[in-house]
Amino acid sequence: MRKLLFQNLLRRTLTQAAPQPSQTALAELGERLKVTTRRRLGRSLSIREVDAGSCNGCELEIHALNNAYYDVERFGIRFVASPRHADVLLVTGPVTANMREALQRTYNATPDPKWVVAVGDCGRDGGVFCGSYACVGGVGEVIPVDLHIDGCPPTPEQLLEGLLALLAMQ
Amino acid sequence: MNQTVSLSETLGRGELIGGHRPWPRAVVTPEIWQELAIGLGKRVYTLLGLWGEPENVNLALFQEASGEIGVASLNCPDGGFPSLGHVCPPAQRLERALADLFGLQPLTGPDARPWLDHGRWPIRHPLGAAQTRSGPADPYPFLTAEGESLHQIPVGPVHAGIIEPGHFRFTANGETVVRLEERLGYVHKGIETLLRGATLDSAARLAGRVSGDSSVAYALAFARAVEAACGIAVPERALWLRALLAELERLANHFGDVGAVCNDAAFSLMQAHCAVLRERVLRASATCFGHRLLMDRIAPGGVTTDLPAEGQPLLHKLVVDLRRQFKPLIELYDNTASLQDRTVATGVLNSELARQFGAGGYVGRASGRNFDARRMPGYPPYDRLRFEVPVLSAGDVDARVWIRIHEVGQSLALIEEILDRLPSGPIRADLPPVCGPGEGMALVEGFRGDILVWLRLAADGAVERCHLRDPSWFQWPLLEAVIEGNIVADFPLCNKSFNCSYSGHDL
Ligand code: SF4
Repeated sequence: MRKLLFQNLLRRTLTQAAPQPSQTALAELGERLKVTTRRRLGRSLSIREVDAGSCNGCELEIHALNNAYYDVERFGIRFVASPRHADVLLVTGPVTANMREALQRTYNATPDPKWVVAVGDCGRDGGVFCGSYACVGGVGEVIPVDLHIDGCPPTPEQLLEGLLALLAMQ
Repeated sequence: MNQTVSLSETLGRGELIGGHRPWPRAVVTPEIWQELAIGLGKRVYTLLGLWGEPENVNLALFQEASGEIGVASLNCPDGGFPSLGHVCPPAQRLERALADLFGLQPLTGPDARPWLDHGRWPIRHPLGAAQTRSGPADPYPFLTAEGESLHQIPVGPVHAGIIEPGHFRFTANGETVVRLEERLGYVHKGIETLLRGATLDSAARLAGRVSGDSSVAYALAFARAVEAACGIAVPERALWLRALLAELERLANHFGDVGAVCNDAAFSLMQAHCAVLRERVLRASATCFGHRLLMDRIAPGGVTTDLPAEGQPLLHKLVVDLRRQFKPLIELYDNTASLQDRTVATGVLNSELARQFGAGGYVGRASGRNFDARRMPGYPPYDRLRFEVPVLSAGDVDARVWIRIHEVGQSLALIEEILDRLPSGPIRADLPPVCGPGEGMALVEGFRGDILVWLRLAADGAVERCHLRDPSWFQWPLLEAVIEGNIVADFPLCNKSFNCSYSGHDL
């Protein structure tokens, strides 16, 4: 283990330069801010991820945000274990009928001020699962959404651009 | 029952259905159904799947001794069928799901509780004779455990990590788990309803999103079932590219899992390194095929994206790099006593249970079950490729990690061989203007185990009925068995070493 750790010290870091915040995300957030004035969240974000019915593809890419290439923690973005510690709910999937209440309760358990980011084409409107008896639709059908990050699944880069826009708004 | 009777002979006594490929399907009498049930109980057969249609149930079986596969269909004029759950525990949840979706009741089954239906859909029996639901759902009765100083720990559906939702109900005595009961179905999306009447294109997209981590394997299984139903020959190059895609997917997932298991044993160094290897595979996938998770690359008739000329050297280099970078990590895993202390002898699955449940993938192979769908029943081009199927017998978390480590080595070698021998030519067969009518079935080895897809195409080429069975159906129940007697703190470790799919199971 020592050898590996030592080598890591000598190696170049893998982390890539930060992308620019997404313009579309900034525009969407700007719209939203006009409607509701919110308290600033500070310079860091604690995120609680909620899978409300995803195929797990979106989760894989959200996971990737933590790897050495994207390293979200350098921006002060952290994934937390409880909605009670969270500023942001990052919600994936078409909301299934069976997850609707759990999502609503997670939202209620998150203290204000809070933001909701709907991830993936499914998070926007149910995506390919739209129209099924078992799906309620996009995240916005159940809780108010501040930002959508499209893609099936969105790449870590796209996720990062969206989250950076959220930081830039503050 | 005479143990030498082969599955095809037994099915042959029923009414064989023409146009079901590649394995036979027969409508059987209740007597033959009973015979098959006894065979399941005696382990002559392994359960491959059990799914419904509005008026009948279908049972897919595998006879290990002869290598035969077949489907028995039983008509249910009275809305019920003789339950298999008593003699064949892996059938229990499938039966409950079938009752929820079709309203066909497993008669005198061991467990009459609903499974996927949480009482929150606007209708009941969505795939059968659908009825509007009235009134709220009854509370779900969890199984009980009796004894002194027992307490319960409910977990989920929303978990602490970035994972899928499901509910776990632990009954513990101090630190020790006495019983774990899973409750799943939270991510049920009604995929089989959406598939009904879908065009082949949209059905293929849906199949690739049943479980995002196995998108390639699902798309492949779906495509193979369609091709079987319509007798479509896939061009050689497409066959080899499919295998390349499948091995890339396996690699990415195994890297991710090895890291994640170690992380759950509080050894995050391994996770950091494995996540980098995983990312490298995903980036190479995006460069070569245009999608990080390789979604929508496989379609009925072949593949949708060709490997560009620069892809070959790029993947060759990737394999060399990954092999070099993974080697010290394997040593690290092997030589870190604190890590081994957590994984060795934790969450032991005995070989008897693994066999009874027909556990696929690393779960089965870590417990002595030598089964890999790439070998048996097998599909091209694997019949022409050299690879080993690693099998261990310890059945603990450690063995499940080692199977993955060995499989990484095999996949790397397979990718090299595929690249070296990749034939040229077209990548997709011209589909007939209308595919169908016909019935097809396929068994494909995903990273987590064998995926079964069965479908019937209508005369107009649309999907009439399609069923997709995730390997997790036969792994989730084993996780309940494995955790018994372990401490609560080892649950994440056991769970991750299984890494069952919620979405694939819930459909
Ligand atoms: S957007 Fe795509 S990857 Fe994400 S949950 Fe939906 S189908 Fe899966």
